[in-house]
Amino acid sequence: MSTLLEVTGLVAGYGGIPALHGVHFSLEEGGVTTLLGANGAGKTTTLRALCGMIRGRGDANFAGKRLIGMQTEDIVRLGIAHVPEGRGTFTRMSVEENLQLGAMSRPTSRDIKQDIDRVYDHFPRLRQRRMQQAGTLSGGEQQMLAIGRALMLRPRLMLLDEPSFGLAPLVVREMFDILAGLNREEKVSMLLVEQNASLALSLADTAYLLETGRIVTSGPAAQIREDEGVRRSYLGY
Amino acid sequence: MELLGQQILAGIATGAIYACMALAVVMIYQAIDHLNFAQGEMAMFSTFIAFQLMLWGLPYWVAFPVTLVVSFIGGVLIDRVVFKPIHDAPILSHVVVFIALLAILNSTAGFIWDFTVKAFPSPFGSAPLFGSSLISAHQAGMIGVTLLLLILLFVFFRYTRIGLSMRAAAANPVSARLVGVRVGWMNALGWGMAAAIGAIAGILIAPVVFLEPNMMISILLYGFAGAVLGGLTSPAGAVLGGFLVGIVENLAGTFIPVIGGELKLPIALMLIVAVLVFKPSGLMGRTVVQRV
Repeated sequence: MSTLLEVTGLVAGYGGIPALHGVHFSLEEGGVTTLLGANGAGKTTTLRALCGMIRGRGDANFAGKRLIGMQTEDIVRLGIAHVPEGRGTFTRMSVEENLQLGAMSRPTSRDIKQDIDRVYDHFPRLRQRRMQQAGTLSGGEQQMLAIGRALMLRPRLMLLDEPSFGLAPLVVREMFDILAGLNREEKVSMLLVEQNASLALSLADTAYLLETGRIVTSGPAAQIREDEGVRRSYLGY
Repeated sequence: MELLGQQILAGIATGAIYACMALAVVMIYQAIDHLNFAQGEMAMFSTFIAFQLMLWGLPYWVAFPVTLVVSFIGGVLIDRVVFKPIHDAPILSHVVVFIALLAILNSTAGFIWDFTVKAFPSPFGSAPLFGSSLISAHQAGMIGVTLLLLILLFVFFRYTRIGLSMRAAAANPVSARLVGVRVGWMNALGWGMAAAIGAIAGILIAPVVFLEPNMMISILLYGFAGAVLGGLTSPAGAVLGGFLVGIVENLAGTFIPVIGGELKLPIALMLIVAVLVFKPSGLMGRTVVQRV
């Protein structure tokens, strides 16, 4: 496996106040890497800096391209799909229009219809609601829609910001099964940010632990799960 | 009873002017989420450009498309040069710039073409339609063009990818960027389209009210009233609202003696206030359903 994303010395923040102080991690092609950490550790900030929503310094190399300094719209065109915190639903549009928007940076072609069908195969519930206003969907359905919209890009890398947030435990289980399936079958690499560490470690192969804007521990997911400190602070047993 | 029918017809005829203007207002509101106070002056300026082109000897049907193209480019330039740099500024700054734009366009037009009233030709002629004195061929043509424009816009926004991108950019710029929509250019496109629609409105309105730098001031007010009445989020609502404002204005002027011709304008303002108090989303505006 080759390295798809290599981040070194990433510094970013809001209004001149840095939230990240030189974050580094890497992600293998086809792999799932998770960033763990408490509220305010800098997980979301990292994702935002990677896709150009906030300005960052340092180095982020994606398949030979330097991401820092690029426009969000151009980063998307490299095949990086961001499923943002809060899901980013276009609430006033139909479910199907939301999915069409996911393919907006791809050239017009008939494949788009097929891809929408493929998303519906992954999420049959979205097919039932395809003409419904997306803002009326339940939280879980909106999360499915956000993931479906990201898939419409045919991404090489998905950035997932707390996909479990605000969902019932059963729905969360279902969501992570689907994500594992996507990683296995569609070979989508994933960078997963989660507060729910045990959940994230069950999906990821590599894990990094963020604390106040710095990586403090890293390693294979199985090893991190056994780490005494991580277990006590983030897994709660 | 016959008078009522006649006045409604006459109201629809004036309403066509307002509908046209309301459409331009809604168009830009969709693209930039603000009411553009300079919309009327932009339309007026475009009309003067058409006037100048014809003065130079171009035939009407050449001057018309050239004016649309020039207006489109002008709209894009206004966005790129004036509004892009203040993109993140508070609403109040935008309002001030709108008003500045209004004043600049108004005085520039006055400076170039002076403030005397000028006649403007109509492509449909000013003969009465079917011998009826209530509605002229020009007014009928205007209604037709407005409805055609509405259908074109509907198709554009509903069925084309770029229309969908524009809606996405207006509704949720952050998410739009994350799916790769070039939001800045979508805004510019919205300005260009609004300017071009304004140009059509101005060119259609000028034969009725005559061409002069202040021709749009009260019409824009009626256009706003129509847009608010119909719903700022709905182009079809704006057109319907424009026609309704025309009808209400005419009926009130005829049947309520106190109002007469003098107090017609306040009716537009009263309509705006009434709609905002009782049905803020307008007649056809979408009430946004949102889960909390």
